Amino acid sequence: MRGRALDRAFQVLALLVLCLALAALGALIADVWRDGAARLSWDFLTGFPSRRAENAGIWHALTGSIFVIVVTAALAVPIGVGAAIYLEEYGTRSVAARVIEINIANLAAVPSIIYGLLGLGLFVRALAMGRSVLAGASTLALLVLPVIILSTREALRAVPPSIREGSYALGATKWQTVWYQVLPVAMPGILTGTILALSRAIGETAPLITIGALTFVAFAPDGLWSPFTVLPIQIFNWVSRPQPGFQVNAAAAILVLLALLLTMNAAAIWLRDRYQKKLR
Amino acid sequence: MRRLPRARSRGFEPLIERLLLACALVSIGTTAGIILVLAVETVAFLREVPITEFLFGTEWTPLFATPRFGVLPLVAGTVLVSAIAMAVALPMGLLSAIYLSEYAPHGLRRIVKPVLEILAGVPTVVYGYFALLFVTPLLQRLIPDIAGFNALGPGIVMGIMILPLVSSLSEDAMQAVPRGLREGSYALGATRMQTSLRVVVPAAFSGITAACILAASRAIGETMIVAIAAGQQPRLTWNPLVPIETMTAYIVQVSLGDTPQGTLEYRTIFAVGMLLFLGTFLLNLASAWLRERFREEYG
Repeated sequence: MRGRALDRAFQVLALLVLCLALAALGALIADVWRDGAARLSWDFLTGFPSRRAENAGIWHALTGSIFVIVVTAALAVPIGVGAAIYLEEYGTRSVAARVIEINIANLAAVPSIIYGLLGLGLFVRALAMGRSVLAGASTLALLVLPVIILSTREALRAVPPSIREGSYALGATKWQTVWYQVLPVAMPGILTGTILALSRAIGETAPLITIGALTFVAFAPDGLWSPFTVLPIQIFNWVSRPQPGFQVNAAAAILVLLALLLTMNAAAIWLRDRYQKKLR
Repeated sequence: MRRLPRARSRGFEPLIERLLLACALVSIGTTAGIILVLAVETVAFLREVPITEFLFGTEWTPLFATPRFGVLPLVAGTVLVSAIAMAVALPMGLLSAIYLSEYAPHGLRRIVKPVLEILAGVPTVVYGYFALLFVTPLLQRLIPDIAGFNALGPGIVMGIMILPLVSSLSEDAMQAVPRGLREGSYALGATRMQTSLRVVVPAAFSGITAACILAASRAIGETMIVAIAAGQQPRLTWNPLVPIETMTAYIVQVSLGDTPQGTLEYRTIFAVGMLLFLGTFLLNLASAWLRERFREEYG
């Protein structure tokens, strides 16, 4: 049976390719771990940048990353959830809603560096925010907005219509229905999507380089108008240097960044599981 | 259900609706903002550099004493790296998708798919590190005359990055193909391979193509991998072993310097950005159109 043998061979080939892809992920993590694990220490986490690789730390970049992400969330979540509520609960049949929908799908696929150019032209120059935390967070907020809107809509769509109908039957207005009935039910789903969107933003480098986030900031940011740097930019800066000592620093900083991402993703999965148990 | 407070005055509900609409309009504003910012600076750039020189010139040396503004070397670099990435991601992604959709037991698929998608969630700066300090040294052992910065290493790593995009979306498309088609094929005595390649893949073709175009668009817009590992030398070549520069890497290169606003050099990044935006926009549009067509066929 030639056909059967060929079929077997094809199946083995496809499985091998799949294993190769998974092996690439393994190699990536093993490589970074091998290069950087020995460099991780409390001093590395709480240290400031230094011209000597062995003294340098990431405190300024770590606090910068967290600060920027918190401000990004404060800007993007209310607007994103509001937009999703409008599209899902209010304007579903209007032409405007359809146009906005197509537009959001397109925005989700625009390269992140283009958002950087928008941030540079709009926030840094036109609105004169300079190269501040606020300018960086505003740029990232526009970047994650489509993702937050899309995931919030999905969470709202999963709310059974009977809950809305029950609320209307008791004489509630549209907004009362949304605020007191729909949003609480959809909240875990919204939170999960938001955390995943923000975990993408925390790894972004290109848009923040484009708006001119500095690589030589030697202090933790102390306000919305403060200059800042973030972990990915610090990693980029260290990778670009020829001295091997800095490349070890880059590997160690990557491990911290990956740990941060893992924590955020674990939180999202935990929320989703809790939510699914509750519904049953 | 919770008890409701007394309904507020009649003006409150329309106000809320208008507020929510304003939130939704932020997304329209973003698109308008992108086009406006890019267009204003590009027009100013084209006032000083003829559009024919920009689009068809073969030398890109805007930072030299005698600057030349031919964007073709940057376009060639971008296309070269993206083509290598697609050469990796297409066959691997499609085979993975076929395995997961047609061969893998349900439990395995439920575990492997999310693990594969981790690849798409790794920050791109990490891939840059991997390309420069792991893949390129590995390639140097196989191909002795490859440069420390080259198109091949970052191209391969970029292929790994977009692989889950190809495999996940293609697998979704294959899963959407009705069972009846497969059963008909089996009833005629076809093997699983014949069924996958001659029935399922052709039936899901528009969905798979949409996935691949989206992956290509992602590759063209990808920045950090090439900024770190491909070098910063714009050159018009198809040789993957020498340093090149992509459109995105050029924008990063200029952004790292302190370029004063209003100079021609400052405007180049917006002109290059405009080209990048238009290119990826057309690809995204084509992908969305194909996906819509696929949904109409089997939706």
